[in-house]
Amino acid sequence: MNAVLVDNIVKTYDKGKILALNKVSFEVKQGELFGLIGADGAGKTTMFRILTTLLIPNSGRAEVLGLDVVKGIWEIRKMVGYMPGKFSLYQDLSITENLRFFATVFNTTFEKNQHLIEDIYVQLAPFKDRLAGKLSGGMKQKLALCCALIHEPKILFLDEPTTGVDPVSRKEFWDMLDRLKARGITIVVSTPYMDEAERCDRIALIQKGNILDIDTLQGILSKHKKTLFAVRSEQMFRLLNNLRQFELTESCFIFGEFLHLSLKNGEADVAATKAFLIANNHQNLVFKPVLPNIEDAFIELMEDNHHAK
Amino acid sequence: MNNLLILLQKEFRQIFRNPTILRMILAMPIIQLILIPFAADYEIKNISVSVVDLDHSDYSRRLVEKMAATGYFKLVEYGSSYQNTLQTVGKGETDIIMTIPADFEKNLIRENTASIHLAADAVNGVRAGLGSGYAAQIIADFNREIRSEWLTLAAFNEIPQIEITSASWYNPHFDYHLFMVPGILAILVTMVGSFMAALNIVAEKEAGTIEQLNVTPLKKHEFILGKLIPFWILGLVSITMGMVVAYLVFGIIPLGHYLTVYAFAAVYLLGVLGIGLLISTFSDTQQQATLFSFFFMMIFILMGGLYTPIESMPVWAQWIAAFNPPAYFIKVIRAVFIKGSNFGDLLPEFYKMIAFALVFNTLAIVNYRKRSA
Repeated sequence: MNAVLVDNIVKTYDKGKILALNKVSFEVKQGELFGLIGADGAGKTTMFRILTTLLIPNSGRAEVLGLDVVKGIWEIRKMVGYMPGKFSLYQDLSITENLRFFATVFNTTFEKNQHLIEDIYVQLAPFKDRLAGKLSGGMKQKLALCCALIHEPKILFLDEPTTGVDPVSRKEFWDMLDRLKARGITIVVSTPYMDEAERCDRIALIQKGNILDIDTLQGILSKHKKTLFAVRSEQMFRLLNNLRQFELTESCFIFGEFLHLSLKNGEADVAATKAFLIANNHQNLVFKPVLPNIEDAFIELMEDNHHAK
Repeated sequence: MNNLLILLQKEFRQIFRNPTILRMILAMPIIQLILIPFAADYEIKNISVSVVDLDHSDYSRRLVEKMAATGYFKLVEYGSSYQNTLQTVGKGETDIIMTIPADFEKNLIRENTASIHLAADAVNGVRAGLGSGYAAQIIADFNREIRSEWLTLAAFNEIPQIEITSASWYNPHFDYHLFMVPGILAILVTMVGSFMAALNIVAEKEAGTIEQLNVTPLKKHEFILGKLIPFWILGLVSITMGMVVAYLVFGIIPLGHYLTVYAFAAVYLLGVLGIGLLISTFSDTQQQATLFSFFFMMIFILMGGLYTPIESMPVWAQWIAAFNPPAYFIKVIRAVFIKGSNFGDLLPEFYKMIAFALVFNTLAIVNYRKRSA
């Protein structure tokens, strides 16, 4: 049995004017750490709200732990932990009050399930009587995770848990997810950060309501193993324009302090390209091959998707 | 049941942690009850009167003295002519001009009749109406005085005379506070029950906590009850506070039973909470809820008979007032306080309040379902 099964889900807003999810299908295996990766507005939150029974899809079928998200609503709610993208705990209750409240709502007690969250809670314990609204961003996120875990859910839905969190806390957070996964909890997580994809078992790239690809990170990268070149010169903007007009260029986009360039014939075109750039008077030229990462793959998929339309 | 208890515990914890709510519940009854009845007093005093006495006779002086002695009037000017004095009305210095024509005394004695001219500044209609009413009463009084003097002088008898004495039942001294204080109590309960409850529910929407609750096994009716019960209790606390203030400050205690007040308040609050719940289903932010509330509150107060009697409104307005829940509670609470009505006397109002509670809560729940689907 799959932990999550999504089959041709369509969801529109504003009476059909806005297409949020366009025939989305994917599966999440039991015990998997699955990443939904896409820019803001891609439809990640809508997908989460459907899977956590907060929204009803227009068409298509979705199952969580073998239960239909529309018919099995009350069964699902008992077994699912959800952490919305926006911090949604009671800011005027303390850490322990929030935890006790959510434990009781799920018909259990904080004491009984404290062991489930022990390794996260130890970091919160020194502030246990502080109001949630007065916690730092990283602390709030840990508390939200604890509250989502306190009823021993079989599956966790985390909507952009690391947005707005500092890099150290982000890394810590992913380490926590690894430990939860080791306990057998299925985790579905969304993120706009491409670099977090490598922490997931499998990822789905989503853009404007469409799934672009679903695979392991390695799988996605191997499909895009075209050689990439990192290029820079003193005049980056002119360089970008020149390369985009160059007949041998397949794609070229800004990537940090370099441009990432892919050529129609790969290695074979390198000499011609260099000659073209020198002829265009580019000073201090750097031109080196790089390994494509997930961001390159994503941009390429996005462009493919764009052309396909 | 367990869920409801934990919700109630959470709610009260949040309420006691929120200084604004506490201040509203404790300070609002006290300040409103002390301020409004003293300030918004219908008893009109200190009406400025200018006298244009063209007669300068004994009688005219007696009439003016009599006016001044009542305490309602304040003589601001002795004018020399009506035209001149009219200018002080324009400046807002005079409310009423009393013109006593020349030969007032002479006509009164010789021809048994004389006229006096009263002119009132009607920019403030209530003040003008009541002021000239008072003045007319005093003049009539004066008239009677003179007549009786003549009668004894001339030892005449048998002039038929009707003397009118009126008795004001339930409020013999026309105590304005006795009328106003119970009405304000009703408004207080309305504010706490509907608007504070609406704001509280909408705050959960704004903070997103409602979404976190929605993914728990918590049922919707548990959530709603968890919200309504605390404000039902707070409403009763607030009316209790109000009655304490009414006793301590004004010495007002209900002539009827306190239990009648509470029985009606308990049912009335159910309806008012339904209004609050309805407002919360329409609003996504506390700002929207506040604007909705403000709109309703104006209608509640102005068309509820708190200031102006519903019976003197035009028929269409009376129809609106018939669907205005506070109008009934204001009526009931006044009846219990002033008239000493008991539960049985007010049974029709009781049924209407139950109807309001059913209608508003049903509307709210239907709308709530529709919007969350």
